[in-house]
Amino acid sequence: MTLPCTRKNQANKAAFIGLLMFLLMPLQNAGAALKIDITQGNVEPLPIAILDFVSEDGVGGDLAQVVMADLERSGLFRPIAREAFIETELDVNVRPKFKEWRIVNALALVSGRSVMQNDGRLRVEFRLWDVVAQEQMTGLQFFTTPANWRRISHLIADAIYERLTGETGYFDTRIVYVSESGPKNRRVKKLAIMDQDGFAQSELTSGQSLALTPRFSPTAQEITYLSFYRNRPRVYLLNIESGQQEVVGDFPGMTFAPRFSPDGQKIIMSLERNGNSNIYTMDLRTRETRRLTSSLAIDTAPCYAPDGSQIVFESDRMGTQQLYVMEADGTNVRRISYGQGRYGTPVWSPRGDLIAFTKTYKGRFLIGVMKTDGSGERILTEGFHNEGPAWSPNGRVLAFFREKKGADEGPGLWTVDVTGYNERPISTPSWASDPAWSPLIR
Amino acid sequence: MKNVKSIIAVASLGFALAACSGSAPQTSSGSTSGSSSSSYSSTYGGGSSLSSDQFLGVNVGDRVFFATDQASIDGSSRAVLRAQAEWLAQNASTSLVIEGHADERGTREYNLALGARRANAVRDFLISQGVDSARLETISFGKERPVSLCSEESCWSKNRRAVSTPR
Repeated sequence: MTLPCTRKNQANKAAFIGLLMFLLMPLQNAGAALKIDITQGNVEPLPIAILDFVSEDGVGGDLAQVVMADLERSGLFRPIAREAFIETELDVNVRPKFKEWRIVNALALVSGRSVMQNDGRLRVEFRLWDVVAQEQMTGLQFFTTPANWRRISHLIADAIYERLTGETGYFDTRIVYVSESGPKNRRVKKLAIMDQDGFAQSELTSGQSLALTPRFSPTAQEITYLSFYRNRPRVYLLNIESGQQEVVGDFPGMTFAPRFSPDGQKIIMSLERNGNSNIYTMDLRTRETRRLTSSLAIDTAPCYAPDGSQIVFESDRMGTQQLYVMEADGTNVRRISYGQGRYGTPVWSPRGDLIAFTKTYKGRFLIGVMKTDGSGERILTEGFHNEGPAWSPNGRVLAFFREKKGADEGPGLWTVDVTGYNERPISTPSWASDPAWSPLIR
Repeated sequence: MKNVKSIIAVASLGFALAACSGSAPQTSSGSTSGSSSSSYSSTYGGGSSLSSDQFLGVNVGDRVFFATDQASIDGSSRAVLRAQAEWLAQNASTSLVIEGHADERGTREYNLALGARRANAVRDFLISQGVDSARLETISFGKERPVSLCSEESCWSKNRRAVSTPR
């Protein structure tokens, strides 16, 4: 049997090969105390100066720009305009004139260098400086193919973020989503993939079949999604590099709402049979299927806890769409959502402590989080239509899609901090929905 | 039977309106496009001179509508579906694909399940009217294929539907 059309994806293949990273020797001992406390809601962004990286081929300015954009979009950093700089060029192996950086009110400073080597590889180095303590905080050296330069910038932004917040970064990641075009009643929906900042766009399916709800495997090499190929809605597996696809299982009815288990061994999804939707798993190695729920209700949108021990899902078994948690074997089902309204699309945080959801209340669609026992509900954003939260791999940011009212409208992607602050659009070439964030692959 | 006739009249009117609005579904709120059964023409064939799906749509009524988040068949829907069952009895070689749809006011996965529930409610009713289950196939499009495009109840009520298409 032939499978839904795909496009091969050479650029992305290149993005995950041929990258080396080394620590730079500090120019003196590091013991800096500069730190952003991100446990509070609205953080005053840290003023940071990022110099254009010294280079002979002009790529140095671009490298610095991407680092700057990443850090700025996190809401935790305030890059200082370069027009204010007194020291305008700085070799990566030279100590900065800290006094001049204090005058421009920088607390942190980044200097760097990129060199095109004779072997054709790009060498990029950077150092992060604590301006007040006058010390190096970190320094790294990368070797890669020149085409990978954006990825180097994201790795540098991650290193800076990690050093200054104490948390894992999320900039060297990708987002898979559904690219939408055409009128609402004949909407074309393709899978597309991009870097988390909206660059390096590429399409994964042709659009001949409706494609919905893509989700990454834990290795970020595969995607599971729903395709309406031949008007048979079924869950598929798609290998991002090869474009190879296969249908997941041989089920008599519609399969939908797929996700990987945290170990990547299983797909969990809904199977619809005679109008009744229940939750199943399929082991990708043994092909063994297992039924986890047996209600007469709609049981769907299952998502594992990061340790694989429990599953959160939505069900209307008590009348309206609500969230439930059960053990991984389907036992001990308990309802966790008790607020007013309906709750759907639950997603367990990579940290394990929160569940994000879409809430419908009084005709509005909200994105929120609650603790895994259902307590502590907080709404992060609300409006006519917000749907489908997806966690950044460090559990700090949620991507979701938002639609406006109207016959000619289409959805777009947004991010919001888990604190509810720093809401930002992600720019995409077409309408976009159903985002899923890749894990951090190091 | 009087009841059935009035339903048929309404269905015919609906079809005429749809035909008038032609192929410009985007322009204004509340405009309708052609029957969603057109999405099947390439897959399941049909579209001959007097195509059976047109006959079903005009003279019998090819669709029934649902209340928000519901899949129950109300009185007027029963009349339409009894007429479909009669039509199937007279067209013994024809099978039906029943598409279930939801409006845009729900989450994606839930609406896929809800569309399936609606399509199967129609299927179950037709079986109760003596139609052989082997002649009835269902598919859910969730909220992916609205026929009315505005973001108002006037459109949403037309999108919460199950459409029967001969194949």
